[in-house]
Amino acid sequence: MTYLNEKINWNILFLCWLIASISAMGSLFFSSVMEFAPCVLCWYQRIFLFPLVLILAIGLFPFDKKVVKYAFPLAIVGWLTAAYHNLLYAGIIPESIKPCSKGISCTEEYINLLGFLSIPMLSLLSFSTIITLLIILYKRTSK
Amino acid sequence: MKTHITFAITVLVLILAFMIGSSYYKGKQAEKIDFLAQENAELFVRNHSQTLGSDDAKVYLIEFMDPACETCAAFSSFVKQIIATNPGKIKLVLRYAPFHEGADYFVKILEAAKKQGKYWETLDVMYNTQPYWASHHNPQPQKIWQFLPKAGVDVERIRKDMNDPAIEKMIDQDLADAKMLNVRKTPGFFVNGKPLQTFGSKQLLQLVESELTANYPNQ
Repeated sequence: MTYLNEKINWNILFLCWLIASISAMGSLFFSSVMEFAPCVLCWYQRIFLFPLVLILAIGLFPFDKKVVKYAFPLAIVGWLTAAYHNLLYAGIIPESIKPCSKGISCTEEYINLLGFLSIPMLSLLSFSTIITLLIILYKRTSK
Repeated sequence: MKTHITFAITVLVLILAFMIGSSYYKGKQAEKIDFLAQENAELFVRNHSQTLGSDDAKVYLIEFMDPACETCAAFSSFVKQIIATNPGKIKLVLRYAPFHEGADYFVKILEAAKKQGKYWETLDVMYNTQPYWASHHNPQPQKIWQFLPKAGVDVERIRKDMNDPAIEKMIDQDLADAKMLNVRKTPGFFVNGKPLQTFGSKQLLQLVESELTANYPNQ
């Protein structure tokens, strides 16, 4: 039973790492291959996303439940930035108070999949999933 | 042990997917631009575009440039050297992509100098003095004026000619073409409609040489 539990916990953390890695690669694909210049807010989200790839991977070998403690703050700040970015993108926060009026616009539309999946939305989804998985993992391991 | 293998395989799959994805995307992009080149050669060469080299040249080297771009300055002598070593075979076409803030000011000066037949001289002066006026933290476009006499131009006439609204239209046209061709960075090179896939002087030389062999097979 404990063995099965350990296996599930490892898999949850692995999935969490996989989502972070796919997101990091996706963001690199947008900037390096498709040559979309990242705006200021995108950079902040990258700053909190990229370390997750390493920190979560370190937590996998050997499995360390403390990884939640280290990864969670990064994921939360990344999520907050992504949430703010989405509000800006959707026009709910007016242009005048956005911090990136100079340089690359944070509201320029680069991609639009299925009518709602913009780059900031992808970021928000991935941070949300990572946070959810970390919370599940925390609940399971702190019992 | 099993977990290590799962992890290693996943990492490999991700990296492979990234590499296949990029080469697929770049291939698609090149195809699209190739199609544009056949359907609409105007996108690459407009009537107003400044050119260098023989009109009979079969290899067209198109450069989307910005007078305030450091890499454009660094590449300028390399590009001229490529043309000089293949006399009559390559034609350089300069297009404007003034992405730096305020860079269209320098495009206007260049176009005004063109009316005096001093285009290349003025561009050389601009590139050579770029560090003085184009600092990223403190751009001082006015500083260019003290260097302009070196190009042998009538500075007062430039001040007047640079306000020609036709120049502004020209810049808009070039920027629109740059957008169509997906040029997001300067310098953006195309050789006979083929984009430079990865940036670098070696890669540029290779692309030019492959077009030279394709168009001048007997030499």
